[in-house]
Amino acid sequence: MTLPRDLRLRIVAAFAVVGCLSQLRSLPVAAGALAAVMLLAWLHRSGQPSWRRLLHLEGFLLLLFVTLPFSVAGQPLFSLGPVVASFEGVSRAALIVCKVSASMLVIVTMLREDEPVRLAVALRGLHVPEPAVRLFMLTARYLELIRGEAQRLHDAMRMRGFRPRGNRHTWRSYGNLLGMLLVRALARAQRVEEAMLCRGYDGRFPRVAQPPPAPRDWMGFALILAFGFAVILTDRL
Amino acid sequence: MAHIPDGILSAPVLIGGGVVAAAGVALGLKRLDDRLIPRTAILAAALFAGSLIAVPVGPSSVHLLLSGLMGIMLGTAIFPAVLVALLLQALLFGFGGLTTLGVNTVNIALPGLLAGMALGPSIRSTGSPGLRLLAGALAGLLPVIGTGVLVALALWLSSGDYTPVASVMAVTYLPLAIGEAFVTAAAVAFLARVQPDVMRPVAP
Repeated sequence: MTLPRDLRLRIVAAFAVVGCLSQLRSLPVAAGALAAVMLLAWLHRSGQPSWRRLLHLEGFLLLLFVTLPFSVAGQPLFSLGPVVASFEGVSRAALIVCKVSASMLVIVTMLREDEPVRLAVALRGLHVPEPAVRLFMLTARYLELIRGEAQRLHDAMRMRGFRPRGNRHTWRSYGNLLGMLLVRALARAQRVEEAMLCRGYDGRFPRVAQPPPAPRDWMGFALILAFGFAVILTDRL
Repeated sequence: MAHIPDGILSAPVLIGGGVVAAAGVALGLKRLDDRLIPRTAILAAALFAGSLIAVPVGPSSVHLLLSGLMGIMLGTAIFPAVLVALLLQALLFGFGGLTTLGVNTVNIALPGLLAGMALGPSIRSTGSPGLRLLAGALAGLLPVIGTGVLVALALWLSSGDYTPVASVMAVTYLPLAIGEAFVTAAAVAFLARVQPDVMRPVAP
């Protein structure tokens, strides 16, 4: 299976597939879908392994996995002191693990893009409102720059003997760091605005025409959509 | 902390969140002057960069949401700014999700906007530093609690089996709320001393 090279098709396909994956209800189908997505991710692996991202879990997700086996009623599987874990609960937790991992792998495999500006152009091609795309493009552009600035401010604090700990001094110092970051960001915004006005910016970017997707891309697109619909149909039948 | 991934919520909750988020984004973009978009984007990028700093609280460390500060500085433009930040976070770091973009946007932006509307005017006009610290702390604390409640609500509406998690979620949000209150109060005090006009919202 080849991924469409055209970013517009890839964005639409990723949304459709993740939408299908997120609504699965049966564990075998979800596990099969996860296996298929893992194969796809492995075939399209590039540079860094994307597996590490799967290990990042939000606090409440962990809580969910811990409590689900006990909160879903059903056939008892094992007991931990006074509480009994049910077979249904464990399979429910496994289903969620499969769905969350498969969706995340689809996102990092299909939409990882080193240049967010290309994503912005693709979004514009999909008729996302122009001001929203401009906001996306500029935020993506300045995020890296301002992250570097935050890192420098942080390094300067450490150089002066600052050690982050969970106390009021630390929090106040971080508040000052944040305030400084915002003041500098605003000064930067002022300069950027003036530079843009100097170059004839009238509140709108010129629209870049994009070539239509190649037939090969449409093929890959159709295959991915077919996969998504096949998975959700198998699940519901 | 507030990023619900794909595969947890039910379709009606996802669609409802998407509709509310779309309305918020449309309102924010309508109120936002075209020429102020670069400024909004750079402020959003700065707040996003600030939220990537790990702040130690007790034995753990948290990443701040900064939604109260965003509400004060961006006004209704907080909706498009949060949507863009969440999309970037999903694409660049693989956090959060695509189907949950709408729900997550509402969960973070709505409490931030309300806090900014309620506390922004008094933060801007008060002459007393103590009062400003208090209002700043509330602008940090209340949106985090609001986000926690909305995340719990989204889980609870999606499936009855999530109820135990939804009811103990306050515990996981407590360190964040504490860190957020202190850092936001300090940041507001800093801005009031250094450049008070920064705290006027970009979009009313």
